[in-house]
Amino acid sequence: MTYTFGLDTFGDRNGDADGKPLSHAQTIRNVVQEGVFAEQAGVDFFGIGEHHTEYFPMPAGDMVLAAIAASTERIRLGSAVTVLSSDDPVRVFQRYSTLNAISGGRAEVILGRGSSIESFPLFGYDLADYEELFDEKATLFAELLKGGPVTWEGKTRAALLNQDVVPHTESGPFPAWIGVGGNPQSVIRAARLGFSLALAIIGGPPARFAVYSQLFQQALRKFGRPPLPVLVHSPGHVAATDEQAKAEFWPRWRDIIALIAPERGFAIPTEESFDREIGPHGALYVGSPETVAQKIATNLRALGATRFDLKYGMPGLTHEQLMTCIELYGRHVIPRVRALCRFLSNQAFVDTET
Amino acid sequence: MQELSKLAVLGAGHVGPVIARLAVKAGHPVAIATSGDPEDIALITELVIPGAQPRWAADAVADADIVVLAIPLHRFGDVDPALLGGKLVVDAMNYWPASDGVLGAFEDGGSSEIVARRLAGSAVVKALNHIGYHELEDRARPAGAPDRRAAGVAADDPAAVAAIAGLVDRIGYDPVRLPSLRAGRVLQPGGPVFGAVLTRPEFERAAREDARTLT
Repeated sequence: MTYTFGLDTFGDRNGDADGKPLSHAQTIRNVVQEGVFAEQAGVDFFGIGEHHTEYFPMPAGDMVLAAIAASTERIRLGSAVTVLSSDDPVRVFQRYSTLNAISGGRAEVILGRGSSIESFPLFGYDLADYEELFDEKATLFAELLKGGPVTWEGKTRAALLNQDVVPHTESGPFPAWIGVGGNPQSVIRAARLGFSLALAIIGGPPARFAVYSQLFQQALRKFGRPPLPVLVHSPGHVAATDEQAKAEFWPRWRDIIALIAPERGFAIPTEESFDREIGPHGALYVGSPETVAQKIATNLRALGATRFDLKYGMPGLTHEQLMTCIELYGRHVIPRVRALCRFLSNQAFVDTET
Repeated sequence: MQELSKLAVLGAGHVGPVIARLAVKAGHPVAIATSGDPEDIALITELVIPGAQPRWAADAVADADIVVLAIPLHRFGDVDPALLGGKLVVDAMNYWPASDGVLGAFEDGGSSEIVARRLAGSAVVKALNHIGYHELEDRARPAGAPDRRAAGVAADDPAAVAAIAGLVDRIGYDPVRLPSLRAGRVLQPGGPVFGAVLTRPEFERAAREDARTLT
C-alpha cells in the first residue's frame, strides 16, 4: 500500500510574536514560503482552501499555488477545497489545468463546499440552491476533466455545444476529488461521477466515517467503475511536545470556533471538549510527532484511506510556529506513519497466516 | 412485549440516517425515504442504516405511526400536507439562515410553529433538531448512564410530547418536555441549547435563563 501525505491551509491570518495580526498580504507571502518549504520537508501535497473572510483571506488560492509551483519540482499542488457551487466549472478547470501546465502535471482539485459559505452572497448565489448548483457543476466538471470537446446543458450556466476548453492537459485528467462531511448522498455522487473521495473530519470520532469509505467503494462497483482512493482531511498542529502543541493551538482554536459558532451552530469549545478531540478518539491531530503519527496511522487503516492531509495553522499562530509544524510533519510524522503502516500491515499478514 | 411504534424518516442526508440508525438500534421498525426512488438509497440504507427499509415516501408514511422530517427546510414546501394528515410528525428541521440561506416564510417566529400551521392535520413535535448530526449518535447513552445528555421535546399537544419523549428516551437522551411549540423556540439556532450537548440540569438552567430574557 502506498500512502501519501499532504498539508492544507486556508490562508489562516498569521499573528506576530505578540499576538498582533499580520497583514493579509504578508500572510499570503508566508503561505508561498510554507508551500515551498513543505516540499523541502518531504511533504507530498500542498493544498489551499478557498475562503473569503478577514481571518482566512484566501479567495484565489490557485494564484498562490502557481507561485509555489514556480519554486518547487516535486510536490503536488491543489485546492482544498474549491467552492464549486459559487464558481464556474469552466473557469475552475481552466485555472487548474493552467496550474497543471506551470507545474509540469502536479495539479489536483478537491471540489466541495468546505465549511465556506461566504462565497454565496459574495457572488450572488442563494444557499438554498446549494445542492442543485453543486450537482450540475460537478457533473460538468467531470466532463471537462475528460478533455476533448464538451456538450452540456443545465440551469446554472450557459450551455456548451461541442466546445473545446483550453488549455488541454498533457497527460489526461488531473486528480479530482469531492470533499464530503457526512452526507451519504454526497458519497454516492462522488462515485457516480468518478471522483475520488475526500473525507473532511473536523469533529467527533473518525472511525464513524469508515462506513462512508465502504459505501464509496461499493457504489463505485455498482456504477461499474474501478476502485478510487480515499483521503482524510483533518485539522491539527505539530510541535516538539504534546504540551507545547496544545499550548500553541488551543487558544487559537477556541477563538476561531467561538467566532464562527453562531453561524455554524457549533458549541463553543471547552478545554474538556478540546482534550477529547485531541485524544485517541477525537478528530484533531495536535501533539508531538509521535502522538500525531500514531493517530494518523490508526485512522488511515480504520478508514481504508491512502492519503492524509493535515489542515495546519489557525488564525493567530505565527509563521515561525507553522514552519516548525511543517518541518516536524515532513521530517518526522510522515516517515513514522509510513513505518507504522508497514508494521501494522506485516502484523495483519502474520495474523492471517497463523 | 408491546411492539414499538413504526417510524418513517424523510430525508437521507446528514441527519436522516443518524436518526434512523438510532431508532433501529432502539428496536423501532424504520423506513427511510427521499423525494425519489428508494432504489437510489438502497446502498446507503444497506450499509449506513442496516435494518431500515428504503421505501417510497408515500408508502413509508402511510404505514408509519411517527414521521420524522429530516429534509432541508427549503424543501419543506415540496411535502404534501395531506400525506402527513393524522400523523405524529417530528420536525427535526432548522431555520438557519447563516448556513442555508434566507427563507422569507420563516423569517418571523418559530420555524416549527410555521411548519405546524401548514401541517394542520398532524400533531407536530419539535425534537432532535438541536444536537448536531455528528454528535447525536456519539453522545447517546442508555437511561441512567452518568454522562447521559438531555434533548428537548416541544409540542402543543401533551400526548404528542409524551410519545416523542418516549422515543427520545429510547434512543439515548433524557427528554426535557416543553409545553408548546412556542416554548420550543429555545431549541432553535441562536437559542441557548442549539449546538450544545448538555446534561438535564444544564439544559433546564439554560432554557430557564433564556425564557427570562424573552419575557
